[in-house]
Amino acid sequence: MSVTLAEVERIAALAKLSFSDEEKAQFTEQFNQILAYVDKLDELDLSAVAPTSHVLAGPPLLRDDEYRPSLTPDEALANAPRRNKNLFSVPKVIGG
Amino acid sequence: MSNHIEYEPVIGLEVHIQLSTVSKIFCGCRARFGSEANAQVCPVCLGLPGALPVLNRKAVDYAARLALATGCEINPRSVFARKNYFYPDLPKGYQISQFEQPFCENGMITVETASGGKRPVRIRRIHLEEDAGKSMHQEAYVGDDESLVDLNRCGVPLLELVTEPDLTAPEEAAAFLAYLRQLVRYLEICDGNMEEGSLRCDANISVRVRGTFGLGTKTELKNMNSFRHVERALAFEYERQCALLTAGQAVQQETLLWDANRNIATPMRSKEFAHDYRYFPEPDLLPVEIETNWIEAQRRDLPELPQAKKVRYQEAFFLPAYDAAVLTEDADVAHYYEQVADRVDDKKLASNWVMGEVLRACKERGEGVTDLKMTPALLADLLGMLTRSEINSGMAKQIFEQVLQTGKSPHDLVAEGGLSQIDDHDSLQSVIQTVLQAQQKDVSAYLQGNEKVLGFLMGLVMKATSGRANPRTVTSLLREELAQLKNRL
Ligand SMILES: [Zn+2]
Repeated sequence: MSVTLAEVERIAALAKLSFSDEEKAQFTEQFNQILAYVDKLDELDLSAVAPTSHVLAGPPLLRDDEYRPSLTPDEALANAPRRNKNLFSVPKVIGG
Repeated sequence: MSNHIEYEPVIGLEVHIQLSTVSKIFCGCRARFGSEANAQVCPVCLGLPGALPVLNRKAVDYAARLALATGCEINPRSVFARKNYFYPDLPKGYQISQFEQPFCENGMITVETASGGKRPVRIRRIHLEEDAGKSMHQEAYVGDDESLVDLNRCGVPLLELVTEPDLTAPEEAAAFLAYLRQLVRYLEICDGNMEEGSLRCDANISVRVRGTFGLGTKTELKNMNSFRHVERALAFEYERQCALLTAGQAVQQETLLWDANRNIATPMRSKEFAHDYRYFPEPDLLPVEIETNWIEAQRRDLPELPQAKKVRYQEAFFLPAYDAAVLTEDADVAHYYEQVADRVDDKKLASNWVMGEVLRACKERGEGVTDLKMTPALLADLLGMLTRSEINSGMAKQIFEQVLQTGKSPHDLVAEGGLSQIDDHDSLQSVIQTVLQAQQKDVSAYLQGNEKVLGFLMGLVMKATSGRANPRTVTSLLREELAQLKNRL
C-alpha cells in the first residue's frame, strides 16, 4: 500500500493545512515508509483475526445518568480568542 | 397532488432523536434545553485537551428500548467512531458517532396511512452519537463579521435512525414521523418536541416510473422543523424532480434546504469534501458490549406499544378504530382511559367522556390528564351515576366542571345540593320512561285505577334525579306518559 502526492494534498486540505511542495514531497515519502512498515503484517495470514480497534479488553465503564456542576460561562470562555456576551465569537460562517 | 402520475416518489428518512437523559452522553453536564448560553459545558464537551469521555448508561438503555420496539437486532458489540469535520459548533473537530458497527440494525416500523393502508418501512440502523453545539448567524446581536456559538447542546445524546427508501408518498413520511414521535414518547426516551429540535428529520427522495424497481438520482432535504414541513418539502421536491424528468433533464445529486417561509427548497452551498468524514474507531471509548440476558430483561420491561394498544382497545373494549386511535395517541391519556374503563361497564361511554370532556378540559387548562382534579376514579363515579340515571347528562356535565374546580366527589356535590333543578322535559321524560319500564306491575295497577301508585312512581323519579327534578313538571309529565300508555291499551 502506498499514497500519492495527490492523496497527501487531499489529506492536507481536509485537515485545513497548507504545505510547500518540498514538504508535500517529504510527507509522501514518510507516509510511504510508515505504510511499508505496516505492510509487514501481510506476511501473516490474518484472515481469521478480527481487526483490533482497542487494546484493552472487557466492557467499558459506564456512568450513571447524574449531572455534575459544569464550568461557569466565564470559565468556559476564558480561552476564547473572542467572545460576544456569553457566546464564542468565530469568523463568520455562511449557511449551515 | 400531482399531474405527474407516471412517476412515483421513493423516500427514505434519517431522524435524529434527542434522548431525555438528565446528563450528557459522555460527561456530567446537564442535557436540558433552554439554559443560559455556555452554562452547561465542561472540559469533556468543550473538547479541551486530555479530557476523556465516559458513556452514560441510560443512553444505552434508551437505545435498547427503541431497538426492541422497532424489531431491530442489537449488535453484541458496537463501536464508537470519530466522524471528522470542521465546523465551529464542533469543538473537538470530530463528532463521536457509530459507523461500521452501529448499536442495532434491520428493524421494521409499519405505518398506517391515512387511506387505511399499511406501509412496512425497514429500519436500516439506529446508532448512538453526540449532538453538536448551536451556531447563530442571523440574530440581531450577531456582528457583521462573526458567527456566535453556544456549546450547551454539545454532547447531548442522540439516536440516529435511518430507514430504507420504503416510503412512497410525502404523506407516508409524515405518518411515519408521527408514529415515531408517539413511539419515543411511549418509551419515555424523548419528549418528541420537533420545534425545540428533540426530533429532527432529514429526507432523501428520488422518483421513478411507477411500477418499476430501479432507483433514480436522489436529493437530500434538510431544515424541516415540523411534520408538515417534511411533507411539504417532499411534495415540492417530488414535483421539481418530475418536472425535470418530463422536460428531459437530469436530477442532480445535491442537498437542498427547505425554506418554510417561501415554501421552496434551494440547493445548499456545496461544502468541499462534504462526505469525506474519515471515520475511525474512537480510541477513548471501549466498544459497547451487550449480553443476551440483558436484552431479554429490557424486552420484558418494554411497555405495551401504541399499535398493540390500539388493537387491544378495539378487541377488549369493543371501541371503534377512531376512538382507539384518539385514546392511544398519548400514553398518559390511554392510562387514564383504562383506569376509567376498569370501573365502568359501558366502555364506549367512558371513551366518549375521555375523548370529549377530559381532553377538552386538558386543552382549555393547558394541563396533562394526570394533573386534572377529575381523576379516573371520580369520573368513573360520575359515569356510574349517569348510567343508573341518578343524574342526566346535562347534570353530569355540570358536576364534571365542579369536580374539575374543586376535586370533590360527584356524590358529595350532589348531596350538597349545589346543582340546579332539572326542569327540561327531554331529560325528565327519559328518566320517567326508565322508571316506568322497571315498574310494570305498579304501572298496570295504576292503569287499572289505583291512583295511589302515582305518588310511589313520583318518588322513584325524584330519587333517580337525586331530588333535583322539578316536582310539578314530573307530575304533569308522569300523568301524560301514563295517559298515553292507557290509550294504547
Ligand atoms: Zn460537559
